[in-house]
Amino acid sequence: MTASFTGAAQGIDARISVQGITKTFDLGGEQFVALDNVSLDIADNEFVTVVGPSGCGKSTLMNLLAGLDEPTSGKAVVDGKVVTGPGPDRGVIFQQYALFPWLTVRKNVEFGLKTAGLGAKKRREKAEHFIEMVGLSEFADALPKMLSGGMKQRCAIARAYAVDPTILLMDEPFGALDALTRVKLQEQLLDTWSQDKRTVVFITHDVDEAVFLANRVVVMAARPGRIFDIVDVDLPYPRTEEMRLSPEFTALRNRVWHSVYHQNTGTSAVSTPSILTA
Amino acid sequence: MTATEAIATVGLPGAPVKKTPKTGAKNRKLLLTLNIVSVVAGVLLWWALSLAGFRLPTPVAVVERAGSLVASGTLLTDISASLTRVLIGFALGTLVAIPVGFLMGWYTIARGLIEPWVQFFRTIPPLAIIPLAIVLMGIGEEPKIFVIFLAAFFACVISTFQGVVNVDRTLINAARVLGSKDGGIFLRVVVPASTPFILVGMRVGLGASWSTLVAAELIAAQQGLGFRMQQAQMYYDLPTIFVGLITIGILGLLMDRVLLFAERKLTGWQERR
Ligand SMILES: Nc1ncnc2c1ncn2[C@@H]1O[C@H](COP(=O)(O)OP(=O)(O)OP(=O)(O)O)[C@@H](O)[C@H]1O
Ligand SMILES: [Mg+2]
Repeated sequence: MTASFTGAAQGIDARISVQGITKTFDLGGEQFVALDNVSLDIADNEFVTVVGPSGCGKSTLMNLLAGLDEPTSGKAVVDGKVVTGPGPDRGVIFQQYALFPWLTVRKNVEFGLKTAGLGAKKRREKAEHFIEMVGLSEFADALPKMLSGGMKQRCAIARAYAVDPTILLMDEPFGALDALTRVKLQEQLLDTWSQDKRTVVFITHDVDEAVFLANRVVVMAARPGRIFDIVDVDLPYPRTEEMRLSPEFTALRNRVWHSVYHQNTGTSAVSTPSILTA
Repeated sequence: MTATEAIATVGLPGAPVKKTPKTGAKNRKLLLTLNIVSVVAGVLLWWALSLAGFRLPTPVAVVERAGSLVASGTLLTDISASLTRVLIGFALGTLVAIPVGFLMGWYTIARGLIEPWVQFFRTIPPLAIIPLAIVLMGIGEEPKIFVIFLAAFFACVISTFQGVVNVDRTLINAARVLGSKDGGIFLRVVVPASTPFILVGMRVGLGASWSTLVAAELIAAQQGLGFRMQQAQMYYDLPTIFVGLITIGILGLLMDRVLLFAERKLTGWQERR
């Protein structure tokens, strides 16, 4: 019953539409089902977070949306067009930083701008802005090997923001950050998101983060990878620190927590509203 | 604490951490001292052995011979003849190897077509080609340069190929989502990412070229360090043989250091663990 959970957006026109995607990997003759008939609609300007146990196919789903991999069956549709490859509309932040180790922070951030054909001066200005935003100004000319894990991640964030994509696909972007930087960047992300009208798909392990950021939290389950539950977060933006302590937030958090960590003990959390008060 | 302060705290790893430069410098000094002690002791041992009746020339005799060979211009002629061969062969080998290695790593078709030949011929020591090369090319410069070319080529082509194959997929993906097409990915990701491999290949190739050269000159040449030693052998001229050996060693070491320096400069971005 839960396997066919589909997440249609409230609106009609979906910005991103995952239509019955199945993705299998060939493991030496054996077929491993990483995603099993996953469907999900994401509206324009929506902020969707994806949580789920390790190995449930979150990164796989993101790769498909980014156009870096092809689904075995089904399709991903972005702005009415079937995804066949990467595009400038979709910015990606990878789980493993993926910084170019031979380029300085500045050159990394400028990479996409150079591809886009911006002149040197424009590039530098823009890069400067985003490097400052993530607090790396002092390290603009440092090589990635000199950065800590959190600083690398911030550099990757700046690099993705710099090309100004209208869709952001983020794979555990704040995973390596300490709590304070994490909160700071969460707020910045929400700021830029509400200003620039971006559509965001944000993968995380952190239930708190998932609820704090999202319009909707998509909970996935593993073996096979599928959507297990979808939780609407009806909290207004801007989200504030106080909100994290509110009973509504706590209830949602518990609900998502239960969906993620008690997937074996019952069916979808939707059918057990008692959890809301647990 | 505001969020900005939080960032600042995270961003600055305190005062510039002293990365124990003292112990590093001390260590290096100690190593250098030991190096010098070891070399001096080695030369003294050699000296003692030659005085003790072993059939070795004394260091003094070797230095004197070096002096006379320099004075007569022979040593310089030999060095320049040998270096010219090595550098031409090495440069040609590397110049051909890098694009071929890239082709093999980048295009499956190229790999499928080229790989069997490379794998087969690289198992043949370049020196074993010399008889064939002499028959086909005569005893001029061509056969010597050709075997050096082979030595450099095979060392470099394999490692360039390995470099391209080993480029991190995530980096290619990162470039793709940042808008790069195949050409851009090649130039801006594959080339820099495989530079460390290429440089290692070049160092190995230079070593192989150098040893191949000397052997090639032992077989057929009218000039060069290998030839000079071959001549000296016929007259039991041990000092000249020593001068030849030491010169070969020093030149090989110098060339290796030059490439090592280039390697450090060009691949300093690598995380060393
Ligand atoms: N290229 C691949 N070849 C084979 N199996 C793969 C490949 N990519 C992913 N998988 C498998 O598919 C499953 C889902 O992987 P994925 O990386 O999407 O998980 P994830 O939800 O992102 O996990 P995590 O939270 O640990 O990042 C895993 O079991 C993984 O082993
Ligand atoms: Mg993942």
